[in-house]
Amino acid sequence: MKQAAKRKPADRNLVEAIVARYEGDEGMLIPMMQDLQADCGYLPLDQLRRLASRLEVPMSRLYAIATFYSSFRLAPKGLHEVTLCVGTVCYLKGSGQISEALRKEFQVEAGGTTPDGLFSFHPVNCVGACAVAPVMIVDGEYYNGITLDSARDILRGLSPEEAPAESEAQK
Amino acid sequence: MTVVGNERLSAPADLERLREDLRTRRDPAAKCVRVCIGPGCVAKGAMRLLELFAQAVRQTGADVAVEAKGVGCHGLCDRGPIVIVHPGNPSAALAAGIFYQRVEEPDVAEIFRETVLGGRVVERLLYEDPATSTHVRTADEIPFYKAQKRIALAHCGVIDPASIEDYIAAGGYSALAKALTTMTPEQVLQEVERSGLRGRGGGGFPTGRKWRSCRDAHGEPKYVICNGDEGDPGAFMDRVVMEGDPHAVLEGMAIGAYAIGSSQGYLYVRNEYPLSVERLKGAIGQAREWGLLGKDILGTGFSFDVRINRGGGAFVCGESTALMASLEGRPGEPRAKYVHTVEHGLHDKPTNLNNVETWANVPAIINRGGAWFTSIGTEKSTGTKVFSLVGDVVNTGLVEVPMGITLRRIIEEIGGGVQGGKAFKAVQTGGPSGGCIPAEHLDAQVDFDQLTKLGSMMGSGGMIVMDEDTCMVNVARYFLNFLRDESCGKCTPCREGLAQMLYILDRITHGEGEAGDVERLQAMAVLLEGTALCALGKTAANPALSTIRYFRDEYDAHILEKRCPAKECRGLFRYAIDAEACKACGLCKKHCPADAIAGEKKVLHVIDQEKCTLCGMCFEKCPFDAVLKV
Repeated sequence: MKQAAKRKPADRNLVEAIVARYEGDEGMLIPMMQDLQADCGYLPLDQLRRLASRLEVPMSRLYAIATFYSSFRLAPKGLHEVTLCVGTVCYLKGSGQISEALRKEFQVEAGGTTPDGLFSFHPVNCVGACAVAPVMIVDGEYYNGITLDSARDILRGLSPEEAPAESEAQK
Repeated sequence: MTVVGNERLSAPADLERLREDLRTRRDPAAKCVRVCIGPGCVAKGAMRLLELFAQAVRQTGADVAVEAKGVGCHGLCDRGPIVIVHPGNPSAALAAGIFYQRVEEPDVAEIFRETVLGGRVVERLLYEDPATSTHVRTADEIPFYKAQKRIALAHCGVIDPASIEDYIAAGGYSALAKALTTMTPEQVLQEVERSGLRGRGGGGFPTGRKWRSCRDAHGEPKYVICNGDEGDPGAFMDRVVMEGDPHAVLEGMAIGAYAIGSSQGYLYVRNEYPLSVERLKGAIGQAREWGLLGKDILGTGFSFDVRINRGGGAFVCGESTALMASLEGRPGEPRAKYVHTVEHGLHDKPTNLNNVETWANVPAIINRGGAWFTSIGTEKSTGTKVFSLVGDVVNTGLVEVPMGITLRRIIEEIGGGVQGGKAFKAVQTGGPSGGCIPAEHLDAQVDFDQLTKLGSMMGSGGMIVMDEDTCMVNVARYFLNFLRDESCGKCTPCREGLAQMLYILDRITHGEGEAGDVERLQAMAVLLEGTALCALGKTAANPALSTIRYFRDEYDAHILEKRCPAKECRGLFRYAIDAEACKACGLCKKHCPADAIAGEKKVLHVIDQEKCTLCGMCFEKCPFDAVLKV
């Protein structure tokens, strides 16, 4: 699984398969880019170029989309995927401070990846689980009612070896 | 046994036959375990419970008819995971099912052995009514549920959202069949107009009027869109409907499409809701298979299909014109609204967009009539509204109440009051564009117009309760920061104005506020409202305006006295050690990074205010709550 995912950024047929899936409809550019990211983990430059030339749209348009929508990534993601909710309720219950402390401790920017590539960190506005705030999601698994200490423990316990099995939900 | 098979239903009579068949095939003595798999319960491990129950069912002999299924949100998320056991051939008192709360993995075996097989109640897992300290067995006896009325959520917590058979057995798609066979599009329109249904996404625009404008607009084809880009932080109503009852949304859309004269629909679902996408995809597939979506629905000649698009994580895409830009494969930037989307919407064609909850109300209106709908709620705000009741309230969760109920009843009766016996300070409604309503207005009725009058708004239905420890200036700053981040940047007032307002609020919360700051905020708010392009910018100042309106004293304390009354803004309060409570354990001293705490074993600890950097570590670490904010 891990290796297959790694090969994909260079896969020449990937763009062709994705474009065919949407019958070449230029209006489906965003879903196409979402599929590309689901397969590669991010939007590799080569693949974006291929997609642009295949649809005959300028690269600037793809870049505009990739930078406008916060879910797109132009750089590879970490081994693990960490999402911290900083929606209103989670924020009021302390997730803002948790986010700040975690970024400091693990040297990671919002939306970035730790220097060792262990995990990508995404503070997001509301994951819709407000009733059990604050919430952190690690590789698709929900942790509710977290504190700075418990969040820190979870992240320290992340395995540097094992990539998580990719769940349906993450795709 | 008649095998229905997955054949397309080619006439309304086929649908009725299928429904009868599904109902008679059901063993009335069958026991059923319903495990809530709503967002709150899943976050607490409900999927594992469902697996364990399913396993137990498989291991049970064929002589016991029992099934285990996952169902949509029950609402009382605070008590999750929730498991309801229907005993089969029940006594009337337990027909609603035995309500178990805070169920954990080890409890599964006991519930199965005692309740499912033995017909006995497991007392310790029942809900305890805090007022009477007695255990209650069914949901109807719990105060949280008593004042509620479920229309949009009628099937949530009852049916398996992944099963179209369950939906049909519960009466699903009968409204679509009724509309297609016994009503003209005009009659459907009139029924929705009669119901007085208003848009549940926040605007409150009359749904029937919108449908009519779209139908009357020139241009083909026409589109219908379901806005499932639920972006308001603190709100998860639409998520619950999409995940708990996806077919109701599809049925509502099909009915709307029939009335408007559209054959293509779009579902735009938020990127953060992968499970919603999965459920809706499954539901669309099933509906197509049965001939309830696609060409020639139920043999009536009406064709309608739906496609799903996922959002890209941009809040502004909840705005209708931005959403349509996103559907066209462009960055989601709104455009001026004087060109109406009902005339020039998606691909410049007439487009009708409604929110998830609005669509989910439509089947019930067609089935039971617009007059029935107006019998619920108030004169100008009919029906019910779903709220996510969250924050510092005892019973956090999802509630559906008749319009016109007071805020007090929602928060005190249904919500059980403020957590931890603290005092109520405000309730925030309407998401980032809404406002904070203080205690003196708790008896206000909840409807579109009342909330607007109070300087807030209905919004999509987030209701965040805040206790006395919440700093209202910081709340305003939070929302302004949120909106500054999410502003698309197209129009100057929003892009620059929000940055300036945030700059001022940042200063105030850091103790650098100046006299006149509040007036500057108010002036910019007026400018924003008058000149911003879309609703995001026009309403962006609401959190600041409403907190200034009701909590001016807190602003003044920050600005003039450099003091945060709620003791939340760092630097605007100090830490001190309570001499009575301090046990001189030394933990705070050990953890203080600034070496600002003096004290020895058995000697009272004291904070040196000169050295203290206000990091709050001592406050976090003290096991005796002896470190105080002063």
